[in-house]
Amino acid sequence: MSSHGLLDALRELYPRTRLLEERAALVPYESDGLASFRMRPLAVVLPETQQEVIDTVRLCHREDVPFLARGSGTSLSGGSMPVAGGLVIALNRLNRIKRLDPRQRLAVVEPGVINLDVSRAAAPYGLHYAPDPSSQSICTIGGNVAFNSGGAHCLKYGMTANHVLGLTAVLPDGEVVELGGESLEQAGPDLVGFFCGNEGLFGIVLEITLRLLPLPERYKTVLAAYHDLEAAGNAVARVIALGLLPSAMEIMDRLALDAAEKAVRAEYPPGAQALLIVELEGESEVVEAELARLTTAIGDSGAYEVRVAASPEERALIWKGRKSAFSAVGRLSPNYLVQDGVVPRGRLGEALRGIERLSRRYGVAVANVFHAGDGNLHPLILFDAREAGAIERAESLAGDILRLCIELGGSITGEHGVGVEKREYLADMFSAVDIEMFKALRLAIDPKELSNRGKMFPPETTVDSRPASRSGETDGSAPAGQPRSR
Amino acid sequence: MKVVAALEPRTTAEVVDAVRSHDRLVVRGGCTKPALSTATDSAVAVDIAGLTGIVEYDPNEFTVTALAGTRVSEVTGLLAANGQYLPFDPPFVAAGATLGGSVASGLSGPNRYRFGGVRDFIIGVRLVDGRGDEVRGGGKVVKNAAGFDLPKLMVGSMGRLGIMTEITFKVFPAPKAWRTLTVAMQGIDDALETIMRLGSLPLDLEAVELTPTATLNVRIGGLEETLEARIQRLERAIGRGDGRALSGDVEQAFWKELREFRWLPDEHKLVKVPVTPTRVTPLHERLDRAGATVRYGVGANVAWVAWPGEMQELDRLLSALELPGLVLIGPPESPRIGHVAGRSFAARIKSVLDPARRFSEV
Repeated sequence: MSSHGLLDALRELYPRTRLLEERAALVPYESDGLASFRMRPLAVVLPETQQEVIDTVRLCHREDVPFLARGSGTSLSGGSMPVAGGLVIALNRLNRIKRLDPRQRLAVVEPGVINLDVSRAAAPYGLHYAPDPSSQSICTIGGNVAFNSGGAHCLKYGMTANHVLGLTAVLPDGEVVELGGESLEQAGPDLVGFFCGNEGLFGIVLEITLRLLPLPERYKTVLAAYHDLEAAGNAVARVIALGLLPSAMEIMDRLALDAAEKAVRAEYPPGAQALLIVELEGESEVVEAELARLTTAIGDSGAYEVRVAASPEERALIWKGRKSAFSAVGRLSPNYLVQDGVVPRGRLGEALRGIERLSRRYGVAVANVFHAGDGNLHPLILFDAREAGAIERAESLAGDILRLCIELGGSITGEHGVGVEKREYLADMFSAVDIEMFKALRLAIDPKELSNRGKMFPPETTVDSRPASRSGETDGSAPAGQPRSR
Repeated sequence: MKVVAALEPRTTAEVVDAVRSHDRLVVRGGCTKPALSTATDSAVAVDIAGLTGIVEYDPNEFTVTALAGTRVSEVTGLLAANGQYLPFDPPFVAAGATLGGSVASGLSGPNRYRFGGVRDFIIGVRLVDGRGDEVRGGGKVVKNAAGFDLPKLMVGSMGRLGIMTEITFKVFPAPKAWRTLTVAMQGIDDALETIMRLGSLPLDLEAVELTPTATLNVRIGGLEETLEARIQRLERAIGRGDGRALSGDVEQAFWKELREFRWLPDEHKLVKVPVTPTRVTPLHERLDRAGATVRYGVGANVAWVAWPGEMQELDRLLSALELPGLVLIGPPESPRIGHVAGRSFAARIKSVLDPARRFSEV
C-alpha cells in the first residue's frame, strides 16, 4: 500500500481546499454518531462531482489504500468511522437533487443529499420520501442506502431499500455499475435491493433513484400514558389484534421521558412510567374510522391518560420529544451507548424484563426508547467514561442485551447496522458458512477489501485485524464516549 | 429437448445432495411460469413441490415462514383465516404457484400498488447455493439489518443462484372489504394521464390497472363503512362520471382473472416488461402494431405482454426502447430479453454462489 503515491495523485486531482491533510482539519472526521470509537484517517477529500469520486476510488485501488465514503457521520454503529490509514471520501458536496419527477413519483439524487431535503423538495407536489430516521434533518441518502436506514414509520412503509428503485455506484475496483431502474418492477435478480445495506462494503453510490409517496391527507397521533412499561407493551398487542396497520407505534420508558421532557418540553403526561405513541395516517375517511377503534382499544388497555393530537403543532411536539430522545439522554448522563436489537413483537415484555434484570445486575442505568410496532429496541446504556471500568461495563451489558435478542429469536440490529460496534456478534446470529458466504460476496465485489475495511465482519476474519481502538491513533486526547450534541 | 426424470427432494439434505451430485440443474415448483422452470440441454430438473409446509406463523408477529415448495394458496388461505394477507399479491395462485417460484420469478400482482412488491415483503431465506452449501440470509423478525440482503437477491433470481428451501415473509392485516371502480378512458394517453394524476393524490389505492382497451380499474379496501364515500370521491377524482363500481364476489373474480392471467389468448407467450408511465406510449404503439394484447399493472409500472410472434422480435423491440423483459410463458432458453441492467454485477455474485455454473446464467 502506498499512501504517498495516493496523496501525490490526490494533490493533482483536488485543489488544496478540498484535500484535507492537516491534523486539525481531520479531527471532525475521526468518529461518527458512535463517538466512543475513533480513528484518524490518512486524509479527507471533498469531491464535487461523480467523476471525482470515481477517479478517487480508482486511485485508492491502484495504490492499495483503503477508503470510506462518509455523509454526515450519523452512523450509530461506527459505520462511518475511518479505516486505519485510509482515505475518507466526504460526499456532502454531491448534494444535488438531479431530477424530481412528481408525475412518476420519482426523485434522482446524489448521495450527499439530506434525507429531509428530498421530502421538502417533493412537498409542493403533494409527495414525500417515506423513510424517516431520527436524524433525517442531517443524515444523507448515501448513508441511508449504505445502512438501509429505518425510522419510526417503517412498520407500514419499510426501510430505505424499499424506496430505492435504482442506483449508480462505483465498485471498489473502479467499475461503475447501474442497478435497477425507474420502474417499481424489475426483471432479473433484485441487485439494487441487495446493494442496499452493504454498510459501505460494496463501494460508493453516485446517484440514487428514489420512489416518492403521496403525503398522507390526515394524521392522527395518539399518545397514551401508563403506570407501568408492561401495560404499554400489552397495548401494542391489542392494537395489532384489531387488524389495524398504524404507520408507527413507539414506546418510551420513564428515564427516556424524563430526558425528552427536560430537553424539548414535549409536555408529556406527568408521572408516566411509559408512554405509547401510535400514529395512523392516510385518507381522511379511513383514518377517522380507524381512530375510533384505536382509541377504544387503548382506552381499555389501562392507560391513565389518552390524548389525540388536535393540530399539526401538537403532533410535531409529540414527535419532537420522541425523535430527540437519544440526544436528550445525553443530559442525564455524560456518556451513553445505543443498542438496536430486534425481538419478535410478542416477546417485547420478556425482552424489557430481561434488560431491566441486566441493568440491575450491572448497576448501570438503561433508558428504553423503541419501535414497538416492529420489535426494534433502542436501549440507551448510560455511563460516565471518567469512572474506571465504566465503558467496559456498559459494553458488556450491551453485548448481553444483543445475545438476549438473539435468544428470543430476533436480530442484533434492526436499522443501525453492524458497523464496528456489533461485528463480534454477527457470528452469534449467522453460521460460519453464512459468514463465509457473505465474505466471499464481499471479495467478489471488493477483491482488495478496500471499501470500509474492518466493518461488519468479526475482526479476525478481515485483512485488517487490528481492533478499532477507542482512542485510535489520536493519542487519546478526544473524550471517549462523548455523545454528539445535535 | 431431452426429457429427464425430475429429482424430488423432500428435505434440505436431499436438496444439498441433488446439487452436489449433478452438473446442470433447473429448479421448478408449480411450473406456472414454464419459461423459467423447463429443463433444457442436459440439465436435470429439481422439483421442490415436495418441500412443503408452514414452519412458523404467529399472526401477532406479522410474519409467516414456510418451506419453499409450499403452495401460495396454502399460505394465503391460512393468512385469510386470520384476517391477514400477502400484500404483494402473488400471481398464478389458483394455478398452483409455490412460494419459491413466486420469489424466484420476482412476480407481484395488482395489489402491489398499495404497499410494495415481493421484494418489499421477503425478510428471510434459507437456500442451498450452487456449491451445495446451505446458507441463510435475513431473519424472522420484520426489521433486520444484519448481514447482506440475501432475501432481496433471491427475488427474480430465477432459481439460478441456488435453490430456496425456506422463506419468511412480512404480512399485513387484510382490508376488511374491497370495492373496485371501472372506468372507460378516452384512449391510452388519457388513461396514463389519469393514472399519474391519481398517483399524487392522497388516496389510499390498493390497485391501479389498465386493461384493454383503455379501461382503468382502481381498487380500494378497508373498513366497510368508509368504502361508499371513498368510491364517490375516487369517481370525482377520475372525473368521467360513468364508472362502474364492483363489489363482493364479482369484484373478487375480476381481480382473480387478472392475477391468474386467464385472459392470456391461446398460443401467446407471456412476458413481463417493467416500465414507467411516461414510457408506455411508445411501447404501446409498437406492441399494438405487432398484434400483442397488453395489460398495464401497478399504475403503469409493468406491462404484461401477451405476445403472438417470435421471441427474437420482441427482444429487438424492447432493446430498441431500452426496456427489460422477462419471459414467463414461452421458450425457456433465455428468459431475459431486451435491456439487461447490472449484468457484470450479477456475474460477480454468480461467481460466488454458483461458481461451477450448475444453474443457468442469471
